[in-house]
Amino acid sequence: MSSEQNELTQTPLLKIWVPWVHSTLSRRRGSSVPQFTNSPTVIVMVGLPARGKTYISKKLARYLNWIGVNTAVFNLGQYRREAVQTYKNYEFFRPDNEEAMKIRRNCASNALTDIGAYFTKEQGQVAVFDATNTTRERRGLILSFAKEKGYKVFFVESVCDDPDIIEQNIMQVKLSSPDYENCDKEEALEDFLKRIECYKMTYVPLDEEKDRHLSYIKIFNVGSRYLVNRVQDHIQSRIVYYLMNIHVTPRSIYLSRHGESDLNLLGRIGGDSGLSTRGQMYASALAAFVQSQSIRDLKVWTSHMKRTIQTAEALGVPYEQWKALNEIDAGMCEEMTYEEIQDHHPEEFALRDQDKYRYRYPKGESYEDMVHRLEPVIMELERQENVLVICHQAVMRCLLAYFLDKSADELPYLRCPLHTVLKLTPVAYGCKVESIFLNVQAVNTHREKPPNVDINRKTEDALQTVPEHV
Amino acid sequence: KDMPMETSPRELTQNPLRKIWMPYKNGLPEKHISQRKVCMTNCPTLIVMVGLPARGKTYISKKLTRYLNWIGVPTKEFNVGQYRRECLKIYKNFEFFRPDNEEGLKIRRQCALSALNDVRQYLCMEGGQVAVFDATNTTRERRDTITRFAEQNGFKVFFVESVCEDPDVIAENIVQVKLGSPDYIDCNTEEAVADFMKRIKCYENSYQPLDEGLDRELSYIKIMDVGRRYLVNRVLDHIQSRIVYYLMNIHITPRSIYLCRHGESDLNVRGRIGGDSGLTSRGKEYAKSLGHFIQEQNIKDLKVWTSQMKRTIQTAEALAVPYEQWKALNEIDAGVCEEMMYEEIQEHFPLEFALRDQDKYRYRYPKGESYEDLVQRLEPVIMELERQENVLVICHQAVMRCLLAYFLDKSAEELPYLKCPLHTVLKLTPVAYGCKVESIFLNVEAVNTHRDKPENVDISRPTEEALLTVPAHQ
Repeated sequence: MSSEQNELTQTPLLKIWVPWVHSTLSRRRGSSVPQFTNSPTVIVMVGLPARGKTYISKKLARYLNWIGVNTAVFNLGQYRREAVQTYKNYEFFRPDNEEAMKIRRNCASNALTDIGAYFTKEQGQVAVFDATNTTRERRGLILSFAKEKGYKVFFVESVCDDPDIIEQNIMQVKLSSPDYENCDKEEALEDFLKRIECYKMTYVPLDEEKDRHLSYIKIFNVGSRYLVNRVQDHIQSRIVYYLMNIHVTPRSIYLSRHGESDLNLLGRIGGDSGLSTRGQMYASALAAFVQSQSIRDLKVWTSHMKRTIQTAEALGVPYEQWKALNEIDAGMCEEMTYEEIQDHHPEEFALRDQDKYRYRYPKGESYEDMVHRLEPVIMELERQENVLVICHQAVMRCLLAYFLDKSADELPYLRCPLHTVLKLTPVAYGCKVESIFLNVQAVNTHREKPPNVDINRKTEDALQTVPEHV
Repeated sequence: KDMPMETSPRELTQNPLRKIWMPYKNGLPEKHISQRKVCMTNCPTLIVMVGLPARGKTYISKKLTRYLNWIGVPTKEFNVGQYRRECLKIYKNFEFFRPDNEEGLKIRRQCALSALNDVRQYLCMEGGQVAVFDATNTTRERRDTITRFAEQNGFKVFFVESVCEDPDVIAENIVQVKLGSPDYIDCNTEEAVADFMKRIKCYENSYQPLDEGLDRELSYIKIMDVGRRYLVNRVLDHIQSRIVYYLMNIHITPRSIYLCRHGESDLNVRGRIGGDSGLTSRGKEYAKSLGHFIQEQNIKDLKVWTSQMKRTIQTAEALAVPYEQWKALNEIDAGVCEEMMYEEIQEHFPLEFALRDQDKYRYRYPKGESYEDLVQRLEPVIMELERQENVLVICHQAVMRCLLAYFLDKSAEELPYLKCPLHTVLKLTPVAYGCKVESIFLNVEAVNTHRDKPENVDISRPTEEALLTVPAHQ
């Protein structure tokens, strides 16, 4: 065998073709995911307090983790709370408070050290440094640190001079901060405003001229305007695109599966069947529910599969069909029961239980593949306001994991039962979830991870957690 | 079967060509639902270019138009310079553009209005969704005229301004595209450049760039220094967001994109479609030749991309360089027809086979994909190709056709019939407003997999006519 043409073998779990060198897996030349960037990236937030830095940091980290880029947020305020234990008042932040300055500088230093550790020891790819970083000096410190270690730096500055937005902000997230646990609202608000004043005195925004060699995005007034400078690579380009599509207008996202289908009743996965009688009842109930909610300008999205479209039809409103919302493709296992999969492909069945997120059905897809195909859906959901998404179990798990920041390990086991609407409403730094069962019985399609995932396990062990069906 | 409910839901039938579920009544499709189309806007969009001459406005207009059409948004560009050439017939010199040339101003204004008229025609009556108005539009007055026109007709307006003061970039621009313009057919290079510089001067004094303060209610992107910096203001909807993303990812650094298919595969020689087979010995030879070819080309920082199918990866392995596997580059999914020969498809699914010949772009295999689906899944690949520099993409026939159609601005009708034979590398190099193509056959024989559209596409055609254009195989 010529050394240039190794035999290829397909990894059993991911179904990725790799060169096989008889003893061990040789160092692969082929990476199976497109390379977002070749070096770790530090995203540096910049801006006065109450400009949405933490909101952006958390949201961005959630998005990046969901698309598979290991990201962590390093919030300087938390370091400070750890160092100082009790917050007295805004005087801590006065620029002439030498003692406090020393502590704050130490905290920044520790945070940078932790960022370094995150990259080298925890396979981190992106670190979001969430702090005001309002002086050129502080930013210079971070740039030197990054240059020394070979990290890329991308600044995200949030500029806002609308007093209403700032007050909204303070009400939503500052008053409930640990700093203000023992204060009443007015005291807290007053103190926080004085805190902002402390920063204003030394705030030097990113400058078009002086900072023209830096890579950054400046966000004005919650997104009505953006200034983007020197985007270096793919991940920065994606970050810019994401930041330009998110908004803070209040709205709700409704996630639901199609009504119960004929194949659901038979315990069969996949396929393109129609609704059962109960499924049709659910569709009517969903219509009534949507009407009762009186939702402004609701958009309705379905997949291209009959069961979601049948469900939407009952609503009597226009809807859009997205192929990207189709259920996970189970390849050779399409329309099989779990019992049949165990019978015909016991090894595949076990591999799936070993790593349900990355497992790819033969000639089919994995949850990981689905996340990639759902990314444009998420992007458009971010742009939109009130939306009802009628989709499928695996799809809904992926979308839910994005909104609720669930890990890749949790994602495939999230509970998304039939005939239940999840209403997601963004609040503070996260998402409120209301689960509304529409009172039409349906079969259970949720299969828990069994205790025994070994490929040599007995059939009963494999089928232990299969839900009942006809 | 299903019990009818009180608010009887409409019966659904699957459209045989596109495999889309649609409500039917009395055997006819009901007006109802939208397919997920990219242009999620309810009214047409007018993109207005802004900038001095030689700032890349036409380059951007054409590229943007090509991209939008490829992703399925009917788009057309309207170049006022062409209207002027039609009106004037002969261009004498820059004096036509002098701001004190009353006659010239009158003609130019008329041309702009004529172009706007055609824009209205295109967007209101010809099914266009986006029109790109390519002119300098350097005065606030002109832009107000356009904004009013758009308001009257219910169009959204999005400005794209290109600002550049780098004399090298401008000079390069003039050399690349202006010297070849019909305006300078009878001039030598020096004359042309001198005249064009004077032309730019005519615009400079009255140029009012988009202003952060005065124009804060407008939707626009200001591109500065060929993409080093962008100012984006008030993006209103999905299509504007996509346009901004695209404009922020393109660049003009010289580079080449190499497209080729995997080496000949076992299923190829047996005349079977799809599947995940390995290379034949000729396929392996091709992979070796590809390796030599790449080396000879001496390409700077070449990136190599493959699909996740065995045959492209085997091909890449022979190059002995790092490569990235993209699932998005996988061959079109032929669903129930996977691994069949055309003869078998005709035998088992003659209706499907005929439908595919009727509209090969939109036709979706049962439980599979259409070319239209492929384009959507390849969009992130195109976006990343725009960001990158030198790239070799080792992919598949249908995939390569989609990518090629993007670079060569081929229509949806032409796309599925583009010739992408095995063992042939296409080297694409952007030049002026388009793309130079060099086709390099690497001298290793391979089976032909190209099936032309047969004459008879009727669903009741006899078998011989259906199989008329099937290429020979084992």
